[in-house]
Amino acid sequence: MGISEIQGYASFVMTIFLVIMLYGYIMYLYRSEKRGERDYEKYGNIALDDEITSTPVEDKAASQRHKEENK
Amino acid sequence: MQSNAALEYDYSLAKKFTFLTILFGFLGMLVGTIIAAQMAFPELNYLLGEYGTFSRLRPIHTNTVVFGFTVSGIFATWFYLGQRVLKVSIAESKFLMVLGNIQFWLYFVGALAATVSLLLGYSTSKEYAQYEWPFDIVVVLIWVLWGVSIMGLIGIRREKALYISVWYYLACFLGVAMLYLFNNMEIPTYFVSGGLGDPLHSVSMYAGTNDALVQWWYGHNAVAFGFTVPIVGMIYYFLPKESGQAIYSYKLSLLSFWGLMFVYLWAGSHHLLWSTVPDWMQTMGSAFSVVLILPSWGSAINMLLTMKGEWNQLTDNPLIKFMVLASTFYMLSTIEGPIQAVKSVNAIAHFTDWIPGHVHDGVLGWVVFMIMAAIFHMVPRMFKREIYSKKLMEAQFWLQTTAVVLYFTSMWIAGITQGMMWRAVDEYGNLMYSFIDTVTVLHPYYAIRALSGVLYLTGFIMFAYNIIKTMTSGRELTEEPQFRTPMA
Repeated sequence: MGISEIQGYASFVMTIFLVIMLYGYIMYLYRSEKRGERDYEKYGNIALDDEITSTPVEDKAASQRHKEENK
Repeated sequence: MQSNAALEYDYSLAKKFTFLTILFGFLGMLVGTIIAAQMAFPELNYLLGEYGTFSRLRPIHTNTVVFGFTVSGIFATWFYLGQRVLKVSIAESKFLMVLGNIQFWLYFVGALAATVSLLLGYSTSKEYAQYEWPFDIVVVLIWVLWGVSIMGLIGIRREKALYISVWYYLACFLGVAMLYLFNNMEIPTYFVSGGLGDPLHSVSMYAGTNDALVQWWYGHNAVAFGFTVPIVGMIYYFLPKESGQAIYSYKLSLLSFWGLMFVYLWAGSHHLLWSTVPDWMQTMGSAFSVVLILPSWGSAINMLLTMKGEWNQLTDNPLIKFMVLASTFYMLSTIEGPIQAVKSVNAIAHFTDWIPGHVHDGVLGWVVFMIMAAIFHMVPRMFKREIYSKKLMEAQFWLQTTAVVLYFTSMWIAGITQGMMWRAVDEYGNLMYSFIDTVTVLHPYYAIRALSGVLYLTGFIMFAYNIIKTMTSGRELTEEPQFRTPMA
């Protein structure tokens, strides 16, 4: 088996692997929203309410505080 | 991070890059119009000696519109929307401000010097990668500075979630960094030969088919990460913000993002169909190009559906019109590209004028329209003035739309005519036409393209005039508009 054939098979295997990953990601997005774990659509508001004084959709400082408290 | 009391976004960097976008846009399109006229009327090649020939000017056109106009537009919009979606002012970090200013001046001086080098005839002869090695080093430095700036701003942000546009700008940064480094691996001949030849000259580290493959992996993905990814990032911010409508489906934007990242990098070999690269690689290039329709249309449909229930804005607000037309042209060029990448179609389309036709409906209709829309949205907010003239915007829109249609239709007809004539054989299998026969037939279409260049450039001058008048004499605004941009 020459190098070009190995490259061809490697490309095919990688394609299949990446397709599985992508479909897995789609399922993860929809499933986590269905279970009420995440709400992806709220992130669309980041562009609409983008004043420097606006309340962040997810506050970084608050999330860091929360993490430290849980340590 | 400091307290956000009396904080304001700092637009000084966005303003500087906006000026460069207009300057490089004008220069790049002017040279483009000149070379289009040279194709129709070859005697125009001899007006400025060696400096005015098509071969000198063509790389200046492509590099100025790619690395001058588009990259300035990417930087300008990043320094504007990056702050806003991360809810942090870049002025909160003196380090980032200094870095941004160094990036600006290095970029401005570097871009001018690189353009002069092309005019003097220094070229690596690799398409869209003609800059010689010292300029490549400057490009890398600028890109690293921008990368530090992006990461720095993300590091001091208040908004924890990264808005989808930020993902696209990050992908642009990473993608271009990887592509540019690998394709521009070159050896300066002067230094390895003990002082022979010109110190600016270099040769590629790759040879033959490998060189072609790396070149077109780069060339096609330069379109991906320069002309597609950051522009999608722009429209995902500016269309919702201008219309007051959140993205139709945020999940679809995430899926399209990963789909685009996954598929785009594999499609470059469609530039080498029917050439001396492995057959499986050509087939892979074709297949991935066709699959590419899915993530591309995923983004485009998401943009159009964002306007759902608000289509009246299309007639009221010319800025929305610019963005909707941009996404429509994005759809057109992302269906046209895969069609050209099908092997049997490519047998006719390869090397013909249909290819520049495809490139230009993408860049003139999608990239330039979107960048101009972004500037129309940003300038009134950065300068606190309303747009100088709505009527001028409308006139510009129709003039440039006509120009794009004239460009791609003339090149479609020219390209297919050319492809058919090159392949035509008589009953004995002899070629029916010589090359000059095709040139004679194509002359009217080349003249139409030159005319479309003049119309598009005129539209761009109208745009530049409207923006400069907005900055200097537009009616002052007492408060920043939340959504729709005010215009006189």
